[in-house]
Amino acid sequence: MLMRATCGIIILVMGLILFTIFRKGLPVLNWQILTSVPKGGYYFGGEGGILNAILGSLYLAIGSTILSLIISLPSALFLNIHLKKHQKLQNTIRLFIDVLWGIPSVVYGAFAFTIMIYFGFRASLMAGIVTVTLFISPIMIRGMDEALKTIPNTLLEAAYSLGSTKYETAYRVFLRQAMPGIATAILLSFGRAIGDAASVLFTTGFTDNIPKSLTQPAATLPLSIFFQLSSPIPEVQQRAYAAAIVLTVIILLISITGRAISFRYSKNDIK
Amino acid sequence: MQADKIVVKNLDLKIEREHILKNINCSIPEKKITVILGPSGCGKTTLLKSMNRLTDLYSKKIISGAIELNGINIYNGISDINDVRRKMGLLSQRPAPLPMSIYKNVTYGLRISGRRSKKFLKLRVEHYLKQANLWEEVKDRLNTPASSLSIGQQQRLCLARGLAVDPEIILADEPTSALDPLSSKAIEDKFVELKNHYTIILVTHALRQARRIADYIIFMYLGEIIEQGDATEFFTHPKNELTKAYLRGSFN
Repeated sequence: MLMRATCGIIILVMGLILFTIFRKGLPVLNWQILTSVPKGGYYFGGEGGILNAILGSLYLAIGSTILSLIISLPSALFLNIHLKKHQKLQNTIRLFIDVLWGIPSVVYGAFAFTIMIYFGFRASLMAGIVTVTLFISPIMIRGMDEALKTIPNTLLEAAYSLGSTKYETAYRVFLRQAMPGIATAILLSFGRAIGDAASVLFTTGFTDNIPKSLTQPAATLPLSIFFQLSSPIPEVQQRAYAAAIVLTVIILLISITGRAISFRYSKNDIK
Repeated sequence: MQADKIVVKNLDLKIEREHILKNINCSIPEKKITVILGPSGCGKTTLLKSMNRLTDLYSKKIISGAIELNGINIYNGISDINDVRRKMGLLSQRPAPLPMSIYKNVTYGLRISGRRSKKFLKLRVEHYLKQANLWEEVKDRLNTPASSLSIGQQQRLCLARGLAVDPEIILADEPTSALDPLSSKAIEDKFVELKNHYTIILVTHALRQARRIADYIIFMYLGEIIEQGDATEFFTHPKNELTKAYLRGSFN
């Protein structure tokens, strides 16, 4: 009964959020908004669209997810294979990563910002990607770690007894076995990367142009939503909801493709 | 007098404060079935795993003594443990197929040692699956996941996979305990057939199984070797009182 009720509440809230976004945003969502950048006076109801933010967000989220994957996958595998017999160390590392996970993204943003000031860097897509990578990596590592942790010891022993090195065990056996969990961890991180506003506020900046290089500042959807919502003009506020629809649909599409891919790879899993 | 494949000398193993193996001294004859016999929790599995150093995976362990494989101590003085492990195929209590297709399970060991020729691999797969009596059942679905096989079939697949790396020794840790009587019989018969080419070390607590297939017996109790020797001798003229009690079945 309780489980049903809590489940119901969550679905209800989710439905309400989606309903609000779509009801307010759908009427103003059109081709122009999706395919053009803000023109003069956009934030006061002028012509234009949010292509700058859509592309900026995609660049940022894809860039940081890839960068984080390069860091997180080896870390998670190392934690579960090389440190197998050092359980104390393993748990200490897990504790640290959990703490990092808990730090709010705005702190990562502020941290990166102080470093940028020290070196005299300006807000740029690159700085944003690095910052977001820092704050999604704990999520990705722990997500993968949880998936790898469930792999039974017998599989590790089987791989070793066939003469596999640690490296081969990691990338040929463990990776395959944990693929669905690893894919989920990547998706989760991507969702956090594309949806976060606080960490990119200082580091990526905001611009009405589409970034043409990593050193230029870039707009992002969450900030675009924020700026449009703070406008006193109702039409601009409505456009914020249109931007929210775009953000939601991107996350939905990524999740569906990700799940399809992980399903394809999970057919070999040992249950 | 036959040659000894493995000689264990003064092996002592503690995990945390538990003394699992106490001063183990034994030798495993070549190309025979050696059965490590004893009640649950007496250290049989640990002894087996120490032979290909899977004990490396245990945390907080203290190990001393030596295990000599073909006269070389595997705990000291070998450069690559993987070479040692490749000489031993392992069958675990529950089959542990790798998360890939039947075909790739058998070729895994060959592929990681650099054999890639498709033709060669294909021949090997057929050869070893036939050796493990699995070929007829799976020849039309080699590319299906290994997890789709029954437990008994999976265990035979693990045998084929272990044989495919061309080991000298087969380590088997109660390989039939999760299997039905027919699959168990198949594995036992296979062992008897395989002992002409391989040294087989089988851990079991099933006295009947030991009687059926053992050539040499190592009887363990609470981390110590109580008695070891030729199987017929062991079953007809046990020397130790504990052994006699165990064989009578009045044991706890």
